[in-house]
Amino acid sequence: MLDTVVLFFALGFAARLAKSELKLPAPLYEALSIYLLLAIGLKGGAELAKQNVLTVLPQVGAVLLLGVFTALLAFALLRAGRIAHADAAAIAGHYGSVSVVTFAVASNTLVSQGIDFEAVMPLFLVLMEVPGIVAGILLARLLGPRDASTPVAWGPLLHEVFLGKGLVLLVGGLLIGWVAGSDGLAPMKPFFGDLFKGTLCLFLLEMGLVAAGQIGGLKRGGLFLAGFAIVMPLLGAMMGTAFALMMGLSVGGTMLLATLAASASYIAAPAAMRIAIPEASPGLSITCALAITFPFNLLAGIPIYLWMARLAHSMAG
Amino acid sequence: MNTHPIKLVVLVCEAALEKPLCADVKRLGARGYTVVDARGAGRRGERDGSWDEDRSIRMEVLCDAPTADAILNHVQAAYFRNYAMTVYTADIGVLRPEKFGPS
Repeated sequence: MLDTVVLFFALGFAARLAKSELKLPAPLYEALSIYLLLAIGLKGGAELAKQNVLTVLPQVGAVLLLGVFTALLAFALLRAGRIAHADAAAIAGHYGSVSVVTFAVASNTLVSQGIDFEAVMPLFLVLMEVPGIVAGILLARLLGPRDASTPVAWGPLLHEVFLGKGLVLLVGGLLIGWVAGSDGLAPMKPFFGDLFKGTLCLFLLEMGLVAAGQIGGLKRGGLFLAGFAIVMPLLGAMMGTAFALMMGLSVGGTMLLATLAASASYIAAPAAMRIAIPEASPGLSITCALAITFPFNLLAGIPIYLWMARLAHSMAG
Repeated sequence: MNTHPIKLVVLVCEAALEKPLCADVKRLGARGYTVVDARGAGRRGERDGSWDEDRSIRMEVLCDAPTADAILNHVQAAYFRNYAMTVYTADIGVLRPEKFGPS
């Protein structure tokens, strides 16, 4: 069931745990992430061009809601576990947002198993980046203790969220792909298409190294947070599956939406949260999202969500 | 050679603060600043720069004494409580003092 690309993640993870000196140069990591974001956007855009975008408008609203709901669910769980208000809000923001790489691995799994999914899924990926982050910030600021902490400067913050590297490249790729269509992208296919899987492998190798480096934070987080980082993706996936059924998505689309709801952001969210909720400990969010939830989703989550999607569809008839 | 006395303010902190700090020091009267990437360890643990959230910067500002005071007061009030940050000053000498004077 496991996709081969995941083995590269395991290699990086093991190498870091064994204190190997293996390290990818930072500019290479940057370049790989730019490539992945653009490639996902382009492919999604070209698929989108084949259909009438207006028909998906009602689904857009549902997907935005799903991002907010996962953040609220995470916040409620964390507060029930007596996690400090600011920390709970910051972590909820991470879980409300999504992980692009988890999405890439999940869609790769579907492709290699020959399961179709809706062309709009990359658009849903883009839409789910932001609402969870905003919900997390609002939870911290509107419900939080009104002590010395300064009010949020929304202008610079929204600029950071919407014009961050991730969204610019994803949305830009979508638009270029949409304008160019499959024919326009054909000359780029050797680069953005054929090389995609190999690039994903290299990227996951680096992610394994980074994730294992965050394991030390587990000691500070404690057992409750470790448990949360495994239970939350499962609950998020159930919520995503339910939303997907209501939206009438196929088995592949259901699995991808469940994966999106289950994944936690570790690129866009941390940068925004550090500025918006400074009193929250950044180590806790990163440990949960990167050291536990991300590996869990890759190794166990994605197969489970596929099983969940099939079960849900067979039950729904 | 004749140098003129001036203040050096050095701020070592999380990279997340780079943008706000650049705006802060200019607003408080500094004419410029220099930022470099940094690695290190301190009271808030090791920051080895292996991940975005682990990156640190070192910012150097050359300015007159009142501006240095204003910067120190501001960062103490705004950032010390929640961010990993080390700040120190030194008396140094520069050529062309008008380059660093009040703007």
